[in-house]
Amino acid sequence: MADGIVGQLVEALGAMIVGVFACVAYFWASNRALDAAFPARGARAGANIRTAGAIRPWLFLAPALLGLGVYLVYPVVNSVWLSLHDAAGRRWVGGANWVWLAGDGKFRESMRNNLLWLLVVPAASTLLGLAAAALTDRLRWGNIAKSLIFMPMAISFIGAAVIWRFIYDYRPADQAQIGLLNAVVVGAGGTPRAWITLEVWNNVCLMAILIWIQTGFAMVILSAALRGIPEETIEAAILDGATPWQLFWKIKVPQIWGTIAVVWTTITILVLKVFDIVLAMTNGQWGTQVLANLMFDWMFRGNDSGRASAVALVIMALVTPIMLWNIRRARAEMR
Amino acid sequence: MAHVRLTGVAKTYGAVKVLSDINLDIATGELVVFVGPSGCGKSTLLRMIAGLERISDGTLEIDGRVVNDVPPAQRGVAMVFQSYALYPHMTVRDNMAFALRIAGKGRAEIARAVEDAARRLHLTPYLDRLPKALSGGQRQRVAIGRAIVRDPRVYLFDEPLSNLDAALRVATRIEIAQLKEAMPQSTMIYVTHDQVEAMTLAGRIVVLAGGGISQVGTPLELYERPENEFVARFIGSPAMNLLPGRIEETGAETLVRLAGGGIARAAVATTAADRGREVNVGVRPEDLLPTEEPEALFAGRVAIIEALGEVTVLHFAPQGEAPAVLAKLPGIHAGLRHRTLRLTARPGKVQVFAGGRSLRYPAL
Repeated sequence: MADGIVGQLVEALGAMIVGVFACVAYFWASNRALDAAFPARGARAGANIRTAGAIRPWLFLAPALLGLGVYLVYPVVNSVWLSLHDAAGRRWVGGANWVWLAGDGKFRESMRNNLLWLLVVPAASTLLGLAAAALTDRLRWGNIAKSLIFMPMAISFIGAAVIWRFIYDYRPADQAQIGLLNAVVVGAGGTPRAWITLEVWNNVCLMAILIWIQTGFAMVILSAALRGIPEETIEAAILDGATPWQLFWKIKVPQIWGTIAVVWTTITILVLKVFDIVLAMTNGQWGTQVLANLMFDWMFRGNDSGRASAVALVIMALVTPIMLWNIRRARAEMR
Repeated sequence: MAHVRLTGVAKTYGAVKVLSDINLDIATGELVVFVGPSGCGKSTLLRMIAGLERISDGTLEIDGRVVNDVPPAQRGVAMVFQSYALYPHMTVRDNMAFALRIAGKGRAEIARAVEDAARRLHLTPYLDRLPKALSGGQRQRVAIGRAIVRDPRVYLFDEPLSNLDAALRVATRIEIAQLKEAMPQSTMIYVTHDQVEAMTLAGRIVVLAGGGISQVGTPLELYERPENEFVARFIGSPAMNLLPGRIEETGAETLVRLAGGGIARAAVATTAADRGREVNVGVRPEDLLPTEEPEALFAGRVAIIEALGEVTVLHFAPQGEAPAVLAKLPGIHAGLRHRTLRLTARPGKVQVFAGGRSLRYPAL
């Protein structure tokens, strides 16, 4: 057993070393070859330097372009192709998968839930993150508070879901409650409930997990943005008579509006792809299905690559515009 | 429209003393300039008056009321920052109106105040622009407008011209001077490290150094009768020459034999007890005149010439440890390089410092 682990570690380390050296070798060899093909001396030195200069960026870009092609462009094209074929991906079925999708109850439930997630999670995470960033900014123990809030970011979604299962855990009323939420409810004189089976509310229970994770992310980014606000504008506002509340909403928030939008959209994209939490908590039962989990269900439980691809393309269509806007925004910020 | 009085004001950061025992009376309608080298605490002093820094010790009164613990907005002060500090997300109009909106003034009143200030500062065409669409000079005018709109009792300027290029700095300096002219009743405190700004704008200059006030006086008082070597060298450009020597004759006029061999006569009264004292004689480069007389204050070889047209600055070859002596002659002088020149100065223009303090002033 221990041998197996050591062997795996050695193998992983070896792979890392080989990988790094392969990269170095590629860049070194390709640049060498380019310099040999267009030497920077002789009668055509000037033209050669220009030509080599035009080609060289592509040498560096090539591995990334290849990776993007294999892992991004090809899957998209293939998904479109698969969505027009049958479950096994062999027979052409035209729009049949799309017709099915339009009439499927579970798909509609997923769309509704995704919309709910979309409205609640980015807003709640950003607002809580902003509040945390603003409140911890000037505290002596602010950094400790920040690291505590940020810590969930380090936990995988599955790990977080497992932790939160214990919080929502349900035992019959005559037994001791090991779930935190039910323990509190019982302690306050209420009756315990199986929270994750309560329709509609169980969605909120799942969202709380993602909010718990993403608040840290929002806080870190917004805290940096708040620190970037020129101190003088704040002092000027203080002299102008602004109260702390006015200072925050009229001077600080408008100045970091761009960053807030980026945080919001980044979380929005994440939410559209939410999958692990739902899989681990409810697996889409009790009205909590979401698009990504629906896709996973059809792909690996239903063994229907056609329907799964159709759902995947819907997710992509929803994410793309936000992604584009986000990139444009980030570029504008950088300028 | 207010007088400001500082009594024993001090600022400490933990164990570090930045300023101590600042006593200053600023009358209504005065324009006082705080000047000093960087790190002398001039901005800190201004920020204490503004209320952005806590006053560690002493009292600050505005119009007779102690305001040490009054929040900045209620002190009736407005501040113009070096970095303009405009609200980047608001138009020029909103920037200027912000304080009045916060104060809950009526819409018509705000519009009137903003338009008045804009007209005065030639900003009317830019009222609906964002700060980023303005030049540096325009931005600083908006910052000034933001102060005017509030009709404060005291205007505070924290190096307002330092971020502007040279030409704009002169233009904006004149605008500030005109603004002061147009508002004779407003009290202004202006911080700068630039002595030209200080000399041209100030009614009175406060020279800060070493955590305290070095001298307070009108620009020409500081120029003609500096209290100590620091002020003597800080005011005026190039800085005053200091030549070590020993007092030989006392009386209404003092005669100092200089270490470099020259003889200086100063219109400074001394007593017999001062005979033999080690002193530094101060002469401004522009007060040194070429002479053919046998008795000269300084003789030296010209090492470098800076011909500026209106004046010619001569750098003499340094003699021993002492820093090089400079002379500034009016007009153009060709062919002086490497020649030996004898210089003298009128007794009224010569300062004598003992232990760093001018003998014109009674000992502390």
